[in-house]
Amino acid sequence: MAADKVDPIHQFHIIKLVPINIGGYDLSFTNSALFMVATVVVAAAFLFLTTSSRSLVPGRLQSISEMAYEFVANMLRDAAGTQGMKFFPLVFSLFMFVLVANLLGLFPYFFTVTSHIIVTFGLAILVIGTVIVYGFMKHGLGFLKLFVPKGVPLVMMVLVVPIEVISFVSRPISLSVRLFANMLAGHITLKVFSGFVVSLSALGAVGVAGSILPLAMAVALTALELLVAFLQAYVFAVLTCMYLNDALHPSH
Amino acid sequence: MEVNAAAAIGAGIACLGMGGAGIGLGNIFGSYLSGALRNPSAADGQFGRLIFGFAVTEALGIFSLLIALLLVFK
Repeated sequence: MAADKVDPIHQFHIIKLVPINIGGYDLSFTNSALFMVATVVVAAAFLFLTTSSRSLVPGRLQSISEMAYEFVANMLRDAAGTQGMKFFPLVFSLFMFVLVANLLGLFPYFFTVTSHIIVTFGLAILVIGTVIVYGFMKHGLGFLKLFVPKGVPLVMMVLVVPIEVISFVSRPISLSVRLFANMLAGHITLKVFSGFVVSLSALGAVGVAGSILPLAMAVALTALELLVAFLQAYVFAVLTCMYLNDALHPSH
Repeated sequence: MEVNAAAAIGAGIACLGMGGAGIGLGNIFGSYLSGALRNPSAADGQFGRLIFGFAVTEALGIFSLLIALLLVFK
């Protein structure tokens, strides 16, 4: 009965805000699109406003922007070397987009953009597409050395090469499903525990007293989700750096 | 009705996979901690690899949780 009232999936429903239909294609402006725009605006406005003063001794907000910059720059330099720095705009944009989208989604009644597989899959395909296109542009057919590890006996190649190919092909899937499933599972868990509070407090005075437990759990889970929101953005960026490293140095 | 019952049982079985991910995560953090206590000066340099291993392992547990959720809220 309570399950009908508190539907944990309801928060992921896409609502058309401005229906647009061009040539039979549904290009409506949805709540998902609204929050993607909000994510970009928040990230861009924060970075622009905090760094526009360009003081030599940074203030509190300017420090945050500089820390984010240094954080991603160090990550990329460690994983892909100084050559990888030409991909810095891509990695930094991806990191900030995923981070701000995850954090915005934590607010009550806000839509979480990254909890939809199509959004994260789009980002992952962008990364893998960059790796493939850049790899073939820079190394030509030498990029295929990625699938042939050095020092492996010829007999083992029959086994190793298909495994390497499968592991490469499954990368966009694992990259996108990791982010999407983490956000989906986290938000469903939050909603389920909040639902316990509602259905317990409907039982009367004893229920209200007992509902403190799931309420405390929901608070603790929100803290955990804050960590997960940052961690998943970090993991997405780190894996992007590692895949870009493959495009720069295919023989391993 | 049998389909719903089978889906509920399947969701429960799918959650077993998270146990494997739990064992793996415990291994990762336990090994990191024992290594870090032996050589604390090298610990910070390996933090990125720790998080990478955590993410790759955790993803497998999340996949089985996703299957369970899809079966429950289908």
